[in-house]
Amino acid sequence: MSSLVPLYVILPLASAFLIPVFGRLVKGFQKALLTLVLLFLTILTFHLIFGGLKEPVTYQVGGWSPVEGIPIAIYLVLDGLSAFTLLIVNLIGLLATFFAISYIKRYTAQNNFFALLSLMIAGMNGVVLTGDMFNMYVFLEIAVIASYALVAFGIEKTELEASFKYQVLGGIASLLILLAIGMLYWKTGTLNLADISGILKEEPPDLFLTFTQILLISGFGMKAAMIPFHAWLPDAHSSAPAPISAMLSGVLIKAVGIYALLRLFFNMFALTYEISLVITVIGALSMVIGVFLAIGQWDLKRLLAYHSISQMGYVVIAVGMGMILMVQGGDRSVAALAIAGGLFHMINHAVFKGLLFLNAGAIEYVTGTRNLKMMGGLFKSLPVTSTTSLGASLSISGIPPFNGFFSKLIIIVAAIKGEFYLLAILAVLVSIVTLASFMKFQRYAFFNKSTFSKKIREVPFAMSLSMVVLVVLCLALSLLIFPGVREVMLTPAVDVLMETSNYATIITGM
Amino acid sequence: MTVYFMCFFLFLVGLYGIVTRRNLIKIVISFTIMEFSVFLFFALIGYVENGVAPILTKNLPENPVFVDPLPQAMVLTAIVIGLATSAMLLAIAIRIYKKYGTFDIREINNLRG
Repeated sequence: MSSLVPLYVILPLASAFLIPVFGRLVKGFQKALLTLVLLFLTILTFHLIFGGLKEPVTYQVGGWSPVEGIPIAIYLVLDGLSAFTLLIVNLIGLLATFFAISYIKRYTAQNNFFALLSLMIAGMNGVVLTGDMFNMYVFLEIAVIASYALVAFGIEKTELEASFKYQVLGGIASLLILLAIGMLYWKTGTLNLADISGILKEEPPDLFLTFTQILLISGFGMKAAMIPFHAWLPDAHSSAPAPISAMLSGVLIKAVGIYALLRLFFNMFALTYEISLVITVIGALSMVIGVFLAIGQWDLKRLLAYHSISQMGYVVIAVGMGMILMVQGGDRSVAALAIAGGLFHMINHAVFKGLLFLNAGAIEYVTGTRNLKMMGGLFKSLPVTSTTSLGASLSISGIPPFNGFFSKLIIIVAAIKGEFYLLAILAVLVSIVTLASFMKFQRYAFFNKSTFSKKIREVPFAMSLSMVVLVVLCLALSLLIFPGVREVMLTPAVDVLMETSNYATIITGM
Repeated sequence: MTVYFMCFFLFLVGLYGIVTRRNLIKIVISFTIMEFSVFLFFALIGYVENGVAPILTKNLPENPVFVDPLPQAMVLTAIVIGLATSAMLLAIAIRIYKKYGTFDIREINNLRG
């Protein structure tokens, strides 16, 4: 089992190398290779989740076994939370790649596009799997440098400007993370997450550690586009080609932002009240301000990008509430409920926001515009796109029986049970504003009078198919709320976060 | 201890440059200053007073004190990554110059954050 773990990094990395080499010679090589690789990884993840991932699997890179109980190799760790995030990365990656097969005809240099996309997926899989601080930084840089290039892929004025802005802010975030890694190494003399956690447990928290934590929150918060650090997101996500927007909004900000924060603050640092409060406040700010910035937008992709900030706020407040409850010794079942709601919303957001960006891409593909004022009456000519986007819009605004309703419901119930009444009210209000904003999108794009003189035809098969699969997933993920399915997929991930010290115990074997 | 604070001061100099400069190339230079202040910090972490290089040779002193080689390995990796980032930034800056005909960010403002 453990020898399968490095495949998550090796296969996309190898295909990133093979695509530019053989892509010129064999027609269609780049599309087929990346689709097959991601299909294999998605099936492997499903197999791991449903085939009984009872114990976390660890893999020591290079086969360096621990010396006197001190881990010296780079560890790859596959536990419930990693498997859950890997599922998001590879599933959305597969569907976005499938969508790109037709969509990419608008661009030249297809080999570069698919090579960069697979490099980005290799980086994200690496971030999710690694158990080593510096290795996490390296994989994170692989993922984000590939995404810088992909944002600028159109090489028009706006794309280049967005990419430059994204690079400067993303670069500052990476340096803050690197500085924090250096400080942690200075204090503990090790880079292994489990080992650091063991050493930090014996020392009382001091100012030095708090400073490191603040650096990490700013760094990963910038990667996750939380509100004080959000300026790059709407530009970068709206300028990229549509499948890349779906990957950036659906996966990248979760894998390198939220996942890394969760892993470090739950499993490495000891939870403190102040840090939990900071995380919750940042989440609440993102949730509220993000949606109000979104509602005035007329560019479809910018509107969706601002909603990403707001929806990630839901995930962060849910996790933050769980942290506060665990620190204060509150009801652990409520804390588990809040964290489960957060993780559930994370996978839901990946699915419906990925779908919405693909819809935006499909509309742009046939009409050539992203401006909502210039659309209208597309319902008749684009039946698949309009139906799927209606499903996604209902899902993001939290209308039953779509998945977004259930995850928001869990978060709000947890907030009320944990006596965070203000957060519960804010969550409901933001959900209503989200609904209003998506009614605007539906009305202007699909139901107003048509302004197009030329005939508009439905998008090609590959694009329609990925959208249909995603809307089916929007409905199917509602099943996660039921016991039976929940125990298999969601509970292992929640347990990793609830039993904070288990992670270290399993790896160091102490 | 002073040297660590000077290193952090260099970090802040780079940050100040990124925030205040108007020229894309100067922003890239400020970014690189910031980057190298972090690399310097890593090199400082590994340094041990009166330490020798961690290589086993015949004429080692009695009870040798070695410097920590791991931060050096990390800094080499980080420099390579930094090279990729700088190359990417400069490539985009040159493309922007070709499209807009200027490096001044006040004239490159199609997008509003």
